[in-house]
Amino acid sequence: MNDFNRNRAVDWALKLYVLLSFGFIFAPIVASFAFSFNVDRFPSLPLGGFSTIWYEAVWADPLVWEGLRNTLVAGAVVSAIATVIGFGAAYTDFRYNFFGKTVYVALALLPPTIPVVILGLAMLAFLSSIDLSGAIYSVIIAHVVMCAPFAMAICRLRLSQMDPSLEAAAWNLGATEWMAMRHVILPFCRPAILASLFITMAVSFDEFAVAWFVSGLNETLPVKVLGFLQGQVSPRINVIGTFVFLASMTLIILAQILLIKRSASPAAATNTGAVPQ
Amino acid sequence: MIDQALVVFDGVVKRFGGFVAVEKLNLDIRQGEFLAIMGSSGCGKTTTLRMLAGLEAPTEGEIRLRGKRINDLPTWQRDTPMVWQSLALFPFLTVRENIEFSLRMRGVERSERRKRVDKWLERMQIGEFAERNVAHLSGGQRQRVALARSLVTEPQILLLDEPLSALDAHLKIRMQTVLSNLQRELGITFVYVTHSQSEAFSMADRVVIMSRGRIEQIGNPQDIYRAPRTRFVAEFLGSSNIFAGKVSNVSEAIVRISTPAGEFEVASNATRHLSKGDKATFVVSGDRVLLSNQPPADGLNRLQASVVGEEFVGATAVIHLEGAEHIEIKAQKSHDELERLNLEPGAKVWVSWRPDASHVLPGE
Repeated sequence: MNDFNRNRAVDWALKLYVLLSFGFIFAPIVASFAFSFNVDRFPSLPLGGFSTIWYEAVWADPLVWEGLRNTLVAGAVVSAIATVIGFGAAYTDFRYNFFGKTVYVALALLPPTIPVVILGLAMLAFLSSIDLSGAIYSVIIAHVVMCAPFAMAICRLRLSQMDPSLEAAAWNLGATEWMAMRHVILPFCRPAILASLFITMAVSFDEFAVAWFVSGLNETLPVKVLGFLQGQVSPRINVIGTFVFLASMTLIILAQILLIKRSASPAAATNTGAVPQ
Repeated sequence: MIDQALVVFDGVVKRFGGFVAVEKLNLDIRQGEFLAIMGSSGCGKTTTLRMLAGLEAPTEGEIRLRGKRINDLPTWQRDTPMVWQSLALFPFLTVRENIEFSLRMRGVERSERRKRVDKWLERMQIGEFAERNVAHLSGGQRQRVALARSLVTEPQILLLDEPLSALDAHLKIRMQTVLSNLQRELGITFVYVTHSQSEAFSMADRVVIMSRGRIEQIGNPQDIYRAPRTRFVAEFLGSSNIFAGKVSNVSEAIVRISTPAGEFEVASNATRHLSKGDKATFVVSGDRVLLSNQPPADGLNRLQASVVGEEFVGATAVIHLEGAEHIEIKAQKSHDELERLNLEPGAKVWVSWRPDASHVLPGE
């Protein structure tokens, strides 16, 4: 590690800094996790003793189940639709050159840069004016708008790693455009498509603000949590928080594994490729 | 209209917006020949190949395959497989699946596919890698997979777009032999696009030299080397000294041409009739130039030049000289011969050549 003759003190200070940063990020989550198993009503130290009563309380709460169901349905549908749209947009960008393409790509990637409160308000105004607000599909529509750009970015990255001759080679070998899509483009993009499904699902799973605006009575889990907070401070929030955190992290980690594994393998191949003739 | 040739380019033009990539191309490609299309980048050689493959549509003119117009036939309905510069192997498939691809796309049934792929695996000596992913092969092995993948449908024509450019020199020579043998054994037409003179000249039966979308010359390698048609070809081949001037005197067998570097005699040439006052350009190839410290014998063309430098090219060396009016002269000599001469940079030497060692460019 000390290849550059760095000052020892600086070295330690930097390590401490990284450690503190991680602590700062993860301490609240760890605390929430710890308190979810705490028997006490209020989150205070020292811990009162191990218990799963809050898990039992959440388990028995039909409102939580309804929220979870809404969240899962929305997440699954959103990830599928957003990935189809995102892949289509990325492929259009990869395959075709047309007037205004820069504007097209910029617009397609724009939604995540809009503040969620504004997006949520706009969505509510728009959806209610066409009588689509306050239902589960309102959340789905709003979340597809938010998630499709992520899907597009992931698919675009994968397509940019593709040899541009690959598709033409498939045509040249007798594949029609649809066959080339099915036998070459989609298999090549498979890790990106799976990653995009997981990530968009995770985004939809977590998203609160827009869902709060448009969901009406069909609240998703994060919106439910706010309801709990407004009523009373209940350790049940810790339970739900832990659950949402674990679910999202699992999806994101799966996506990362898919993306990293695939992009690393061609590099490994070139190393072993130098077989002496 | 019946074409004798396998492929005919009939007045083919290709424009990309305002850029003319190929201009009025007329070219016959014969059944069973190894044709190389050569030129520097942007000369239209790859566009020509891609039009033949069906990856670009001609703007004007007609391309015929066995007498049938194929301008509007999509590439997947032609059997004109191409070996790509990047090889474009499918990275998520094994060697076998790559070779099988075109058979699968054409709906050939499984057992037949297996038989035909096995045949090519054996022929290209890649059988032992059949189930391996193509990413785990060496450059030469990948090359063989690409060839097998294109040839598995047993097409009448194979298109090759600089397939050897990524290989090291040794492997390149080896693959040249593989390609030449393959073409002879299969007896099918190869159209090979390259910017490398050595690749084109060592493998092809006929070479097409292109520049700025036009054909400069078509011929067998020896003819092109010995008798370039235009100044571009002479310069592209790089081994010739070029003199441009005006005819000052014509006699029975000898034409005198006066150039800024002096007045020279050339043997009169059947391909181009010259009369007094005509503009004429002739070339003398570097290996036919004589160098001496003493004035040369009578009957030779001569000029005095000073040595600029020496370029080592293996068994021989190229001496760069500069004559009157800054004319550049190259002479290719063996190292033995060079030792007998004083060739210090700046030294004055006599450059001479026989009148029949020169070649008048018919196209200038």
